[in-house]
Amino acid sequence: MIEVEHLNVHFGSNHVVRDVSFRVAAGETFGLVGESGSGKSTVLRTIAGLNAGWDGRMAVAGQALGPRRDRAFFQRVQMVFQDPYGSLHPRQTVDRILAEPLEVHGIPDAESRITRALEEVALPRTARFRYPHQLSGGQRQRVAIARALIADPSVLLLDEPTSALDVSVQAEVLNLLSDLREARQLTCILVSHNLAVVAHLCERLAVMQGGRIVEILSEAELRAGQARHSHTQDLIALSHELEG
Amino acid sequence: MSATTRREWLLSDTPSSRSQARWGRRYQLWLAFRRNWLAVAGLAVVVLMLLLAIFAPLLATHDPGAQQLANRLQPPSAEHWLGTDELGRDSWSRLLYGGRVTLGMVVAVVALVAPLGLIIGCVAGYAGGMVDKVLMRVTDVFLAFPRLILALAFVAAMRPGVESAVIAIALTAWPPYARLARAETLTIRNTDYIAAVRMTGASPWRVIWKHVTPMCMPSLTVRVTLDMSSIILTAAGLGFLGLGAQPPIPEWGTMIATARRFILEQWWVPVIPGIAIFTASLAFNLLGDGLRDVLDPKQR
Repeated sequence: MIEVEHLNVHFGSNHVVRDVSFRVAAGETFGLVGESGSGKSTVLRTIAGLNAGWDGRMAVAGQALGPRRDRAFFQRVQMVFQDPYGSLHPRQTVDRILAEPLEVHGIPDAESRITRALEEVALPRTARFRYPHQLSGGQRQRVAIARALIADPSVLLLDEPTSALDVSVQAEVLNLLSDLREARQLTCILVSHNLAVVAHLCERLAVMQGGRIVEILSEAELRAGQARHSHTQDLIALSHELEG
Repeated sequence: MSATTRREWLLSDTPSSRSQARWGRRYQLWLAFRRNWLAVAGLAVVVLMLLLAIFAPLLATHDPGAQQLANRLQPPSAEHWLGTDELGRDSWSRLLYGGRVTLGMVVAVVALVAPLGLIIGCVAGYAGGMVDKVLMRVTDVFLAFPRLILALAFVAAMRPGVESAVIAIALTAWPPYARLARAETLTIRNTDYIAAVRMTGASPWRVIWKHVTPMCMPSLTVRVTLDMSSIILTAAGLGFLGLGAQPPIPEWGTMIATARRFILEQWWVPVIPGIAIFTASLAFNLLGDGLRDVLDPKQR
């Protein structure tokens, strides 16, 4: 479904992503793990078309991606951002935020779609006409997820969707994402620095360091402790330390 | 609907319709604004002056152009509430009609300038690159002229009058708004919520118009309100120099200019329009200060 080959990203003279290649099959959830600054979010934003200055080859559903994305691309690919406090327009109600993608894509029946989208992410009806500042962090992230899904995309890009939330809310949002992925047969790329989160949701994952992918392994291999690269082993040891 | 239920409806935490959410937000702003009594006083004076200007034909006791040369330079009396000017015209009536001209010029300037500055600034800030460079250099060119001098040159080149004064002031007033809108846009364009809007596939125009400009509006509104007083002063200044409204049109600046010879003997004749200019400027300034406290997110 998603193919990335020899992707390089430059920010000015900074070479932040170096020769990254991976493939994600339809319906699969693929994890990108690494420390802060390893380039994992940059890869995701580049696929989403939010970064210029890249070379290499990327394709989604067999269609190569150019420097500019068309509207059809944005109907197929959507993204959930890390910080739910920053990703919702502060002057728009939930209703307005959810109506925007429908208006842009000319999708009819906005009323019932918005009601359904709120139900799907388990937000109460009363939240519909509230402003983001009247919602909790978890509720905001649910709104962001509802916005991403309202135009029925087949690919969902998740940029650390839970790291800005309380631990208790994290599990709820992760379970919601995992249920939605099942129900809608979504292909996902999940970026996280948390190995436990990635292991929970992903079938395969790539470990990034300094802008390169150092290792791609399956979730089973990760659990069995079959990581080969020393950086992966470090990350595993670190996550055990934090949990224990 | 009684007063208490209307209040509850407005302050509801769980609005049930688009309009309720919108009015609730406005009511919250009004509650915050109301706490600043100076700003409320400013608003009251501005509204009062606008009403006086609008209903000038009903409130005026005399024809503002009717001359009574036997009755010139009279002090305030029961017949002429604010006295008469050097041609025996009633000052109270001229003040009311002058408000129409002066405040009308201010409104016209703002209506021309604010949207222009907003669009230029937002487009420059959002597009970046060449578009930004070209638009900002044009802005700099206009910003480089002293306001009154450019207005003077422009009016002198055209025909002196209210319309040319409005255009001249507008020409010199828009660049600060463009700068302000651009600065706001630069802080907004890289936020996640704009990235999320771009990911809906919306065109750049739609992003700017529906999502960027609403974020620039509060600071622009504050700035415009604070600038109203200087627009009034520039309009009156052009009138005083004989390049704005032409006699016999009553305009506050022109009224001072023609009566300035009598400042020592019949001081009330030039002082009365002076007080009107002063009051209007002060009221707009107080109103702007109050709006800034309420609207500017950085102050909260």
